Amino acid sequence: MGTTASQLGKDLLSEYQELTFLTKQEILLAHKRFTELLSKEDKALPNPRIPMQSILTLPELKSNPFRKRICHVFSTSDMKDGSLTFEDFLDLLSAFSDSATLEIKSHYAFRIFDFDDDGTLDVGDLEKLVNCLTGETDDTRLTPDEMRQLINNILEESDIDKDGTVNLSEFQHVISRSPDFVSSFKIVL
Amino acid sequence: MAHSAGFDLNSYEMELDYENVAETDSVQDSFCQLIREPGPNSDRNPEILQMEVLGECRDNQSLHVKEEPQGREQTNSLHREQSSAATHRGMSSLPRRTSDQSSAAVNSQCPRRQHSLRGVSSRTRIRCDFVQADSDEINERDNKTERLLSNLKRLSVGDRVRRLRAMPISLKDKIKLRKRAFSDAAENSLINRDVPCCSRLRVYTVRIWHHCLFSCLSSLTSLQLWQSPMKRLSGRFGTSVLSYFLFLRTLLFFNILLLFINSLFLVIPQAIHPPPFDPNLKTFPGLEFLTGTGYFSQSVMFYGYYTNSIIKTCTAADLSPGYTGESTDQTVCDTVTSSQVMPYNIPVAYFFTIGIAFFIICIILVYRMSKSFGKSFQVLKSHGDLAVKVFCSWDFKVSKKTSIRLQSENISTQLKELLSELMCGEVEKSCMQWLQHMLVHLFAWTVCLASIFLGALAVYKLSDHMHPHDAEGSVLKEVRLLVLSAVVSGINLLLPGFFNLVSWIETYDSPSVPVYVSIFRNLLLKVSVIGVLCYHWLGRTAVEPESQGLQCWESFVGQELYRLLLMDFIFTGLYTFFGEFLWRLFSKQVLKRNRKPVFDIARNVLELIYGQTLTWLGVLFAPLLPAVQIIKLFVLFYLKKSSVMLNCQASGKPWRASQMTALFTSLLWFPSFLGAAVSITYTVWTIKPSSGCGPFRNLTAMFQAGKMWARELENTNPELWWLSWAYTSLNGDLHSCSSSRRPEESHQPVRKAN
Repeated sequence: MGTTASQLGKDLLSEYQELTFLTKQEILLAHKRFTELLSKEDKALPNPRIPMQSILTLPELKSNPFRKRICHVFSTSDMKDGSLTFEDFLDLLSAFSDSATLEIKSHYAFRIFDFDDDGTLDVGDLEKLVNCLTGETDDTRLTPDEMRQLINNILEESDIDKDGTVNLSEFQHVISRSPDFVSSFKIVL
Repeated sequence: MAHSAGFDLNSYEMELDYENVAETDSVQDSFCQLIREPGPNSDRNPEILQMEVLGECRDNQSLHVKEEPQGREQTNSLHREQSSAATHRGMSSLPRRTSDQSSAAVNSQCPRRQHSLRGVSSRTRIRCDFVQADSDEINERDNKTERLLSNLKRLSVGDRVRRLRAMPISLKDKIKLRKRAFSDAAENSLINRDVPCCSRLRVYTVRIWHHCLFSCLSSLTSLQLWQSPMKRLSGRFGTSVLSYFLFLRTLLFFNILLLFINSLFLVIPQAIHPPPFDPNLKTFPGLEFLTGTGYFSQSVMFYGYYTNSIIKTCTAADLSPGYTGESTDQTVCDTVTSSQVMPYNIPVAYFFTIGIAFFIICIILVYRMSKSFGKSFQVLKSHGDLAVKVFCSWDFKVSKKTSIRLQSENISTQLKELLSELMCGEVEKSCMQWLQHMLVHLFAWTVCLASIFLGALAVYKLSDHMHPHDAEGSVLKEVRLLVLSAVVSGINLLLPGFFNLVSWIETYDSPSVPVYVSIFRNLLLKVSVIGVLCYHWLGRTAVEPESQGLQCWESFVGQELYRLLLMDFIFTGLYTFFGEFLWRLFSKQVLKRNRKPVFDIARNVLELIYGQTLTWLGVLFAPLLPAVQIIKLFVLFYLKKSSVMLNCQASGKPWRASQMTALFTSLLWFPSFLGAAVSITYTVWTIKPSSGCGPFRNLTAMFQAGKMWARELENTNPELWWLSWAYTSLNGDLHSCSSSRRPEESHQPVRKAN
């Protein structure tokens, strides 16, 4: 199951429409942008895979501090190199689309924030998350004291079973308190 | 929220249609023994696997109740078995929404397993478990796949697809699952040939209907107006500024709908059979676009154009469209039999078109309001919700590098502020300080209310002073007509700036309070101005039109509203161009500030709501006024977009987009739409229409057109008696309502008995 370089078959298109939250126009646009990123030799392959570096040249992802995590989460590559096939790319866009449900979005947000891929957000993950949010410059970074205080507060507020980490359900519980999450967890091509 | 105008039905219907699929707890327990990767790979990374087991076990054991704020329960409790690693993770960490009791029971099982999995010694235990489970693993996986497929098969075709779509697994695996699920279904249908053909037909029809609906919806949503400009805006400014432009687009769609209804049922039928043209009016080409008088007053734009005739179109050879200003009934095609004549009663059409258009808009507004309130519902938040801020505040739509840096700065500032508040605790204000703050607030409020009162008084005096009959004869006198609208627009432009200045001296505890206060003050100003104008039109001009020298007061009111709308547009354009552009230059050169000014969302949205209120007020008197508003909104979009891109930058303060959108939608409903609807209802029910023009001449009130139609309907079609009965009873209720509301209107003519 792959895509030809130039055209997307009608059956495949309707299947993608049914199984993702994207509209037909969005899928076609995604296909166009995906093929633009392919190198010449890859275009001939039946199911081409784009390396992470090329995906990160997309303007929507270029400056996003979570760009590498996003690629890793949606990648189905065995080598864990963050490369994406077209279907992975559609998965990405579907999770970030307008009509995706809160469940899907919070699920993928959890996986993106889980920097060590262990299924929970522990202190290390939270620290990396806050550093991504506050940026690279020195005056915006939090001091170690502030970081410690912040993480303690976060765990106090969200860790319900008191195991020292935030798991998926606790994360989703926190997310449900914010009505803005669905509109801010969006990327549109 | 790119799918505005109510087109995100896709997600809405998915949320509605979820079913409860029964699952047992035993499946959950077996999950803890699931290993992420198959046998050969596990030898490479045993520690990682152990961590994964730890993680997965915890994921599944500490489950939670989660209910949608709207109270809808979604159950997504299918357990999936997949071949790819990532998908497997996705499956196993899906939350299950069960009742409180079962989750509590599940929680209690948690500590035992977790503690047993910690520490070095636990690793060996896991390894034993792991080795043992390795052999069962393949069986487990197959069992799960079978269970999943059987669950899927139980659902209908549409639900199956929707359930698959909502699973957080990779597309590759979804396709495999789908093939298996649907192929099994196909086999079953082949086997059971004794399915009755009518139910099969029903299945096919339903499937075709779903397919058509789906393709219709997707083609409609593809008519996304301004998609790429909005994307650029959101990339630079984020969700907050985007919400203003989305609101603008929503209003545009409302006006397009209104215009469509009006032109279809009102403008086009009357335009095909125009009334006689009065050549007496002198025209001043050019100025008419601003004043709406002259040529325009006789055009299809205003109330005066419409006749009170019944247009009968006939299919016979001798066509002579009938039109008249005097008689109430005009039969043109006398030679033709009644079966070929299609009468179109203009007064009735006018009355019902406006009524039904308002009704439809009311329904749409209430629907949108309920949806936006549902989205913005927030559980009572605890003090300093840091976790929410950390998890939910990153706006992924922002793509420009400088904006991302700005966003990081904002988040960092907010986090630091919240942390410092927590660390130091609340600062206790002394009594003197509190008193001082109160006095400052009192002073600010007094100043604002006084200025609003003065503004309203100015409008009142000016409207009294202006006499329309003075305006005929020369260009200068025509320009005088514009003075009132210019003054109103000037007040609407300058006073909000004054309120902003006043609010600088005030200090507030919370960052969201000043926004609400400024919205309230702006709203009060606009409501008072419109209220004064409405009183002037409906309370003075309509009741005694002769004292103002008017033949056709409705057309005059329509023209006033047209002028107001136009002046508002001109002033907004000038302010956007000169005000924001010049302010940016001023602040950069003179004040030497690095930062550009911030786009004032609340003020701009209130201006949009004000313009829309004028349109709704005016649609009874000028059916084509929505067209003017459409043009205005269209141009305003590009104007504001260029201004924002050039002159403004993203705000440093947090802006709760969905709460604000809910607030603006509810402000559009009340006082904007409801106020307009109440005024229109009052006009239609109690005010005597002018006898010289319009479709309701010779009637004591406009609603009588409907009454006459109901009576006629009763006479011609006795079987539709229920319709006319419903109409008269509704009419009677509203009539008694309105007459009890206004006992002081002594100079209303004596009404005929119902």
